[in-house]
Amino acid sequence: MSLIKETDYGTPASRSEKTVTLTIDGFTVSVPEGTSVMRASAELGIQIPKLCATDMVDAFGSCRLCLVEIEGRRGTPSSCTTPAEDGMVVHTQTGRLKDLRRGVMELYISDHPLDCLTCAANGDCELQDMAGAVGLRDVRYGYEGDNHVKARDGVGGTNALWMPKDETNPYFTYDPSKCIVCSRCVRACEEVQGTFALTISGRGFGSRVSPGMSEDFLASECVSCGACVQACPTATLTEKSVIEIGQPEHSVVTTCAYCGVGCSFKAEMRGEELVRMVPYKDGEANRGHSCVKGRFAYGYAHHQDRILNPMIRDKVTDPWREVSWDEALSFAASRLRSIQEKHGKEAIGVITSSRCTNEETYLVQKLTRAVFGNNNTDTCARVCHSPTGYGLGQTFGTSAGTQNFDSVEQSDVVLVIGANPTDAHPVFGSRLKKRLRQGAKLIVVDPRRTDLVKSPHIRAAHHLALRPGTNVAVVTALAHVIVTEGLTNEAFIRERCDWDEFQDYAEFVSDPAHSPEAVEALTGVPASEMRKAARLYATDGNGAIYYGLGVTEHSQGSTTVIGIANLAMLTGNIGRPGVGVNPLRGQNNVQGSCDMGSFPHELPGYRHVKGAEVRDIFEKAWGVTISDEPGLRIPNMLDAAVDGSFKGLYCQGEDILQSDPDTKHVAAGLAAMDCVIVHDLFLNETANYAHVFLPGSTFLEKDGTFTNAERRINRVRRVMTPKNGYADWEITQMLANAMGGNWNYSHPSEIMDEIAATTPGFAFVTYDMLEQRGSVQWPCNEKVPDGSPIMHVDGFVRGKGRFIRTDYIATDEKTGPRFPLLLTTGRILSQYNVGAQTRRTSNVLWHGQDVLEIHPHDAETRGIKEGDWVKLASRSGETALRATLTDRVSPGVVYTTFHHPDTQANVVTTDFSDWATNCPEYKVTAVQVSPSNGPTDWQERYGEFAAQSRRIEAAE
Amino acid sequence: MSPDKLAYMANQIANFFRTRPHEEALAGIADHISSFWEPRMRAQFFELLKTDEDKFDPLVREAGTRVRPVSPA
Repeated sequence: MSLIKETDYGTPASRSEKTVTLTIDGFTVSVPEGTSVMRASAELGIQIPKLCATDMVDAFGSCRLCLVEIEGRRGTPSSCTTPAEDGMVVHTQTGRLKDLRRGVMELYISDHPLDCLTCAANGDCELQDMAGAVGLRDVRYGYEGDNHVKARDGVGGTNALWMPKDETNPYFTYDPSKCIVCSRCVRACEEVQGTFALTISGRGFGSRVSPGMSEDFLASECVSCGACVQACPTATLTEKSVIEIGQPEHSVVTTCAYCGVGCSFKAEMRGEELVRMVPYKDGEANRGHSCVKGRFAYGYAHHQDRILNPMIRDKVTDPWREVSWDEALSFAASRLRSIQEKHGKEAIGVITSSRCTNEETYLVQKLTRAVFGNNNTDTCARVCHSPTGYGLGQTFGTSAGTQNFDSVEQSDVVLVIGANPTDAHPVFGSRLKKRLRQGAKLIVVDPRRTDLVKSPHIRAAHHLALRPGTNVAVVTALAHVIVTEGLTNEAFIRERCDWDEFQDYAEFVSDPAHSPEAVEALTGVPASEMRKAARLYATDGNGAIYYGLGVTEHSQGSTTVIGIANLAMLTGNIGRPGVGVNPLRGQNNVQGSCDMGSFPHELPGYRHVKGAEVRDIFEKAWGVTISDEPGLRIPNMLDAAVDGSFKGLYCQGEDILQSDPDTKHVAAGLAAMDCVIVHDLFLNETANYAHVFLPGSTFLEKDGTFTNAERRINRVRRVMTPKNGYADWEITQMLANAMGGNWNYSHPSEIMDEIAATTPGFAFVTYDMLEQRGSVQWPCNEKVPDGSPIMHVDGFVRGKGRFIRTDYIATDEKTGPRFPLLLTTGRILSQYNVGAQTRRTSNVLWHGQDVLEIHPHDAETRGIKEGDWVKLASRSGETALRATLTDRVSPGVVYTTFHHPDTQANVVTTDFSDWATNCPEYKVTAVQVSPSNGPTDWQERYGEFAAQSRRIEAAE
Repeated sequence: MSPDKLAYMANQIANFFRTRPHEEALAGIADHISSFWEPRMRAQFFELLKTDEDKFDPLVREAGTRVRPVSPA
């Protein structure tokens, strides 16, 4: 193992298909037109000295180190800003260039501290490298006089030019004394991240990198994505972990365990100690970018709250008792078996984890199907994207998102519905913003004014700020405009879709009852805006739809997904780069957990359990009989538990008590069970009701694969020994074997081989292949051996695309005199899901508690001021939290996040759910908000109960 | 689960299929319940159809006979 160093070509690659041929230092090279001389040279293996150039950002030409001589051209142009041309003859090293470069370096070093030996960048400093490369031997100017380096001026006074270190960001420091003002950080913030938090203040010798208006980093708009730190060629911006530990000595490429973007990272190590996570430039999902979670928020892996030993207890009111793995597993196995003897085979089940690997998820659903003997398996996708599975399955023939992330670079109009990518899928959000700054148009359909609607250099052409719960009405009205104004792509529909179904649908949407004017009062969106948005999407080039949980988590979630699919088919926006229907999936492996057969009605590969041929494949592979009846979904499990027919649950890496709706109902279900096994890193909220706790491993401690939202199968690689002793797949295997499973996997690659052998979309996937290629997008099999970046290229998976009517039916969760406001919930950048990981990192500095966003009008009529405690009550329950006044939400709408268990926003949400999939209606709850003195009785009781429940008996 | 909740879920399914031609709607509803409802839920569904038919949408009542029967355990 060694430290992976990616080549820095200095300037970004050109996409041109035309090539030019030139000669550099006597070697001939052909490159795409538009490539810089610097990059052409790097492709030959000749590294021209440089400081301000790096291939993540456009050329800038400020450092004057990369000068070259070109025959027939006067002067010494900078190679980073000079495009390669046919027939050019370039010299990168001449006497004149050597002198010039040495002179430039001498000036740089004359205002730079010479503490290289004790500097954190020692061993990873481009300034030092360049001083070496140009042969700098002397600095004739001395270090007296004006400088940014020394705190004192040498004659007893202070140096006004000197600035102290800014250590406000928890993850990196800014040391202005080491800055060479190359602007790489400023440009990375603009071009890569798109936040524009940094600038250069002053001019000439007085130039400084300035966060915001010369604020400190934490107080500025900085979102701590780390792009500036990565771009910095010196120790000016440095990870605190590097300052503390030192430079890494080896690195391993792995996949982030946060959101569904699935960024590739280099885990840079010193022994088994993780020094830092650096985004991997060859990672095809993130292309070298990251967000604050993946880049920095990994400290939970060694947080003191992490449980490292198995624990059991008879009753949930007892304290936990630490026991050996054998004792814990045999306790669990005998309880589960005795439940089955008493209450039947169907009385137990599993919840697979969308945070664990494909291999681990596969084993958990196999556990219930092959060892428990039923199909009671479900996963968190139930509460997020199950409507995507149903809706896209019905219309296109597969639940798969249609594009890769690169596709957005070719989109002309982007329609974002019920998604907030700059918070929830930040790296994709940055890629989208980059495209928007290049001129693509944006339509946002969201009750809230998300950052995308208006942020630096981004402005949505249309923001349809609909009333929560009226998605179907809006999407159908958009279709109405497209059909009645003749904006459909008839050639596409005739060739690719079922023409009769189209005519039926066209007749349905053409009804004036579905026109924007007719639904304006209902949706709150001006009809003229809806018309303009529909025309823009239908006619302005490649139209791409990205959507999130604001679409799915409704009683008509599946219907909206169908409506979205209809829009794409009507306009022919399917089957090529730049278009498509793209569900932005929440958790790192929620795509994978669905692929792996986590749903109770489907075996791996989305095949219904009623199919005898499919069951036969797995019956042969596993040597068991598989039930042909669908099992229980998560809400059904809880209902059955309350009814007394479901008594045991193995829940891996999922905190249903905090994340699922109607907390009191979830708690009642869990409390009614005789054996709840929680397999997790921490004693989460669900564990308050558990009898067995199996300590889990982090993504740093195991091998496997994650599948991201673009169906990309990426390797997860073990970089350290599991602190709890075992990888999660080993623990599931031990539990299966304690129940007579007789499994013998010795490595996750063997599990992947079994997946490939049984699941057609994965037929060609092996660890060897992933080792060679890096990643692959399923389907990957005989028909498409190289995987499938874009779906439905030559026709829909189901044959002909199918239009389905989408009748708007109002949710029964209605506002009234008691509950006049609508609550909608969501996420924030710095926290992830239930916060179990991110709350145990310094990310709490950005978001330490859930707050309620309320419009100033609604606040005023209730006597609520900024920062006040307020009570949030619905028919289901009530909680209290602090309010913040903002016009991001419309009057009548309030918003909060669900990251903190002491708030438990889900005490308030109801048990209404999607008609097709039981996906809960998180996004619409009728509520009242009133002033409050502090936490509610329920919160206090719950806090006490949780503390009681987490007691661990001292070991004897 | 509570009879009201179960009936509510069945009626939600009927609402989606209501705009389809009658025969297709019945088939759609029956297939949806057969494919996604676990036998315990279907058993309760059949029971409720017998004892408290009025809770259900007429489409559900009509589709009920086509829902996959529950085989005795």
